Amino acid sequence: MITRHLSSLSDTGSRVFLGVLLAGALYVSVCNLLLPETHALHVPTHVVALLGKYLCYAILAVALDLVWGYCGILSLGHAAFFGLGGYAMGMYLMRQIGDRGVYANPHLPDFMVFLNWKELPWFWHGFDFFPFALLMVVLVPGVLALGFGWLAFRSRVTGVYLSIITQAMTYALLLAFFRNEMGFGGNNGLTDFKDILGFDIQANSTRVALFVITVAALALTYTVARIMVTSTYGKVLVAIRDAESRTRFLGYRVENYKLLAFVISACMAGIAGALYVPQVGIINPSEFQPANSIEAVIWVAVGGRGTLTGAALGAVTINFLKTTFTSGFLAPYWLFVLGGTFILSTLFLPKGIVGTASTLWHRKRSEAAPAGEVAPTPQAAE
Amino acid sequence: MNTLINAPTQSKSVLYLDGVSVSFDGFRALNSLSLFLEPGEMRAIIGPNGAGKTTMMDVITGKTRPDQGEVIFDDHVDLTKLNESEIAELGIGRKFQKPTVFESHTVADNVRLALAGERTTWSALFGARDLITDNEIDTVLERVRLKSHCGRLAGDLSHGQKQWLEISMLLAQDPKLLLVDEPVAGMTDAETEDTASLLRDIAKTHSVVVVEHDMRFVRALDVKVTCLHEGSVLSEGSIDAVSTDDRVVEVYLGR
Amino acid sequence: MRFASRYIAGIFSFAIAAFALGGVSLADQSRLNNATALFAAGSYADTIAAIDEIGVSGVDHAPAILNALSKRRVYLNKTTKFTVYRQGSVYHDFLTSKQLDGKPEGAKSVRVNNRVRSAIKAALGTLELRAKDPATRISAATEVFNRKDVAVLSALEKLIASETVPAVKKMFLDTRAALVLAKGDAAKSDKLAAIAVMKARAKQDAMVALEVAATDTDPEVADAATTAMKSIENWLAVAANFQNIWYGLSLGSVLLLAAIGLAITFGVMGVINMAHGEMVMLGAYTTFVVQELFRAYAPGAFDLSLLIAIPLAFAVAGLVGIAIERGIIRFLYGRPLETLLATWGVSLVLQQAVRTIFGPTNREVGAPSYMSGGFEFLGLAITYNRLWIIIFALVVFASLLLILRYTSLGLQMRAVTQNRRMAASMGIRTGYVDAMTFGLGSGVAGIAGVALSQIDNVSPNLGQSYIVDSFMVVVFGGVGSLWGTLVSAMTLGVVNKFLEPWAGAVLAKILILILLILFIQNRPRGMFALKGRAIEA
Repeated sequence: MITRHLSSLSDTGSRVFLGVLLAGALYVSVCNLLLPETHALHVPTHVVALLGKYLCYAILAVALDLVWGYCGILSLGHAAFFGLGGYAMGMYLMRQIGDRGVYANPHLPDFMVFLNWKELPWFWHGFDFFPFALLMVVLVPGVLALGFGWLAFRSRVTGVYLSIITQAMTYALLLAFFRNEMGFGGNNGLTDFKDILGFDIQANSTRVALFVITVAALALTYTVARIMVTSTYGKVLVAIRDAESRTRFLGYRVENYKLLAFVISACMAGIAGALYVPQVGIINPSEFQPANSIEAVIWVAVGGRGTLTGAALGAVTINFLKTTFTSGFLAPYWLFVLGGTFILSTLFLPKGIVGTASTLWHRKRSEAAPAGEVAPTPQAAE
Repeated sequence: MNTLINAPTQSKSVLYLDGVSVSFDGFRALNSLSLFLEPGEMRAIIGPNGAGKTTMMDVITGKTRPDQGEVIFDDHVDLTKLNESEIAELGIGRKFQKPTVFESHTVADNVRLALAGERTTWSALFGARDLITDNEIDTVLERVRLKSHCGRLAGDLSHGQKQWLEISMLLAQDPKLLLVDEPVAGMTDAETEDTASLLRDIAKTHSVVVVEHDMRFVRALDVKVTCLHEGSVLSEGSIDAVSTDDRVVEVYLGR
Repeated sequence: MRFASRYIAGIFSFAIAAFALGGVSLADQSRLNNATALFAAGSYADTIAAIDEIGVSGVDHAPAILNALSKRRVYLNKTTKFTVYRQGSVYHDFLTSKQLDGKPEGAKSVRVNNRVRSAIKAALGTLELRAKDPATRISAATEVFNRKDVAVLSALEKLIASETVPAVKKMFLDTRAALVLAKGDAAKSDKLAAIAVMKARAKQDAMVALEVAATDTDPEVADAATTAMKSIENWLAVAANFQNIWYGLSLGSVLLLAAIGLAITFGVMGVINMAHGEMVMLGAYTTFVVQELFRAYAPGAFDLSLLIAIPLAFAVAGLVGIAIERGIIRFLYGRPLETLLATWGVSLVLQQAVRTIFGPTNREVGAPSYMSGGFEFLGLAITYNRLWIIIFALVVFASLLLILRYTSLGLQMRAVTQNRRMAASMGIRTGYVDAMTFGLGSGVAGIAGVALSQIDNVSPNLGQSYIVDSFMVVVFGGVGSLWGTLVSAMTLGVVNKFLEPWAGAVLAKILILILLILFIQNRPRGMFALKGRAIEA
């Protein structure tokens, strides 16, 4: 069994992907911690944090690709799962501040003192305890996805309709988290974190550690997703994507298959959000913006939907472009670039970078062998 | 020795529809339709467009719920209470009007997913279906002459081959009852003949309902024919009897 | 209270104009001449008579004179009868209020005692009741009503007799009734009459006025007051519901405007147009540009700017829509999710383009005069801009319905959406029809932008704030059903406004979203969805 599962990582794409991750983690940590700042190869800490952020997005992209690329569920609500995971981690980090806040209240976070609250709301209890917070990171998005997906898939809300209601879900959460009464810091969200597990969150070593953990999480996410999509389960997912009723008439409980993928994907997105928060130092309701979900979909589309490596690559590429463009004289034109990428990639690169490259590669080798990781784009998404 | 063979049961009817009515926004797609299928029987259903042939299939397979009437499978199972996958598990397989196969899977994987066996998410994750041997798949594909194509993507097959692949997936499911909707639409004459002989062969071991427009094909099947019109049975009997029935000629065949 | 009277003033704006012309003679200078003569006579009684003359003169500087008088700052030269008053250190001509260089020769201040002072106070209280502007008179009476200023009662009685504007007269009568009740020593029949007047007024302030009467020693009066209060209470509850429905319809028509273009592009064509909101935004910016041109070249005709903006917004958004359809969407038919992504890209580009051209901040879009103000109808406060938007939304809806039903383009549209291949084989140029349909939907969104520019900030983000709502409206109503869109928009608007009072605006919106999500689980194809086999294909 285990060997079978490991064999799903034996393809070229997986080996290259995991190899690059390992090499990158080693290179970055060594060059940041061991080389002096003046050294030409030194990787500055802010770059480490930036790379960490990209990789969090890559996890989100892999999660999204699992449901969209393989099962045809275009979720425009993954920002919600990402945000919820982030808030769970943010709450832990807030509790770690203790009495070092501006108001120096040992029992309440600053924003609650500011709102004149007398005691900690019930849903904040337990977040002092790291393992509990970690549990919530996967549990909250997972349970939301379970409830939402159970309702939606059972009543066969598919395609565009599903996209629209997932978008409504994240929009509702956006509005809810903006409210001060919700107890999540309202507009400003959670920020001014001090340390994590006792380590100074600003310290180089903590930054590098967070980065390495993010790399590991991405590798793990990838492995789990890869095992899923190469198993019979993954084949059924693709079958559902291509011909849902045929799958149903073959006797498969389509809703269960979808639900499992959706929940696992949501948990992965939650993990991505949890790793994102300590590295960027803030979480606020804008993470729930429907636009964020759509942007994540674009990463997957550009990288290549139906290819896990493509999803991760797309996330990193687009966000690298974003950083480049938004910091400089080109800043006003960033949305032109992003919008243009959306349009051009859907028109001219329907399979994305990795999908197209892989097709070309296979054509070049002119082999009739079954395509490795690439699940060809369906003719019509239902 | 062969999982595909399913001995006819002792029951009196494999499918029993009585007084089934379905309407969509005032339009009566099925109007008190009754149909009785004996075990091991193959039945051809003909009728003009809008006669309710596909809606009847939808009702039997749980895609559409009837407004009234009984749909009984195997003398005791009330199909109106079940959903598609439950009905499929009971042993009713369906081929769609438009050939529907998993285009991004190989021909072999299409059959692999269709073969009888565990279908839960859990078993799928942990590889129950990996135990299916190539031999089993080949046996199925041989019957529809697609064995040599087993490594190709289903999306690359010709139209007729997709129809056959879909029929082979039905066979792999090992159902008691096969519902086949327009199996020869868009096929060449030679392919049509092959399909007719394939269905006759299948009918030896299965109950089959075939919906078809092609009268030559229906004649080639040489089975009892039911003609539907406006959602109910217009005429039933041998192909000769039905095709000479005045009412059938009037509404369907033309003079 | 103050706003209600403004609306009343709105209705009677015509009357105001007519009245203002006649008012010149009422603000009689001769009364001021009488007053100087009386000041010259010298006794306190004469001064009090002079105060009355000033009070009824209706001149604008009457309050200034009276205030000056109470501080002994009115000066009179007994021989020349030349009178001045002082404000701070500046002297003004008593008759004309013109500023003077200094205190005139031989002028002595008019003497004042306590009796004079209270006469001044009473005169000041009724001064505004005699103002030239009927709106000012109404708001003055309203204040008297609310303060229960019983000292004004006798002056008010006289004013009622001479009042000619019906709305003002009614307010005066209501005020008198309230004062009668507040004073408490009136005859029983007067009190009962006053209670009847308050009952007919049927407002919250009438309830307050009745509270005193409800504890009256005379049981008949007390009973009448209690029943009157009950009936007002019931009416107020009904009126609150009507008001909510009105606000709901108003919100609903905004939603309808935002969604109706989408009902064409998404509902009829099945294109997931995420750039729909940007079409609305383009319409709003077109309005802005048109208004700027009017401001620069024809400020006098500013009220026409919206009328000009409507066809232009339709053209601008429609052409952009056609360009999007021909350039992008037509390559993506049958791939709805890809269309979603590509049009989202378009929306980003359009937002940025507008930001680059017009800047990131809100642009000022003015309201023409007929959109401002409002009136009161059966106790409902109805503002003109809400009323116009509702009418406008319904007109747009009706025209769209007519276009789809009765024009050849509409016929071809329906043919193409029902069966593309059949339509093509019958000689319909499907490409042309697609482009026109999309152009129509986008153009309608542009028109919506003209209306929405009146109630929302015109900024590059305008479209984004409507996109989720628009999709929800269309999906809730049932894709492909224009009537469904209408019913859905109005339902969502009204439900929202009924939830708001107890849940708050944001929570109400969240609740609506949750309800919609649950609704879609039950009826995935919306309220007015087409059923049957065709939809599954």
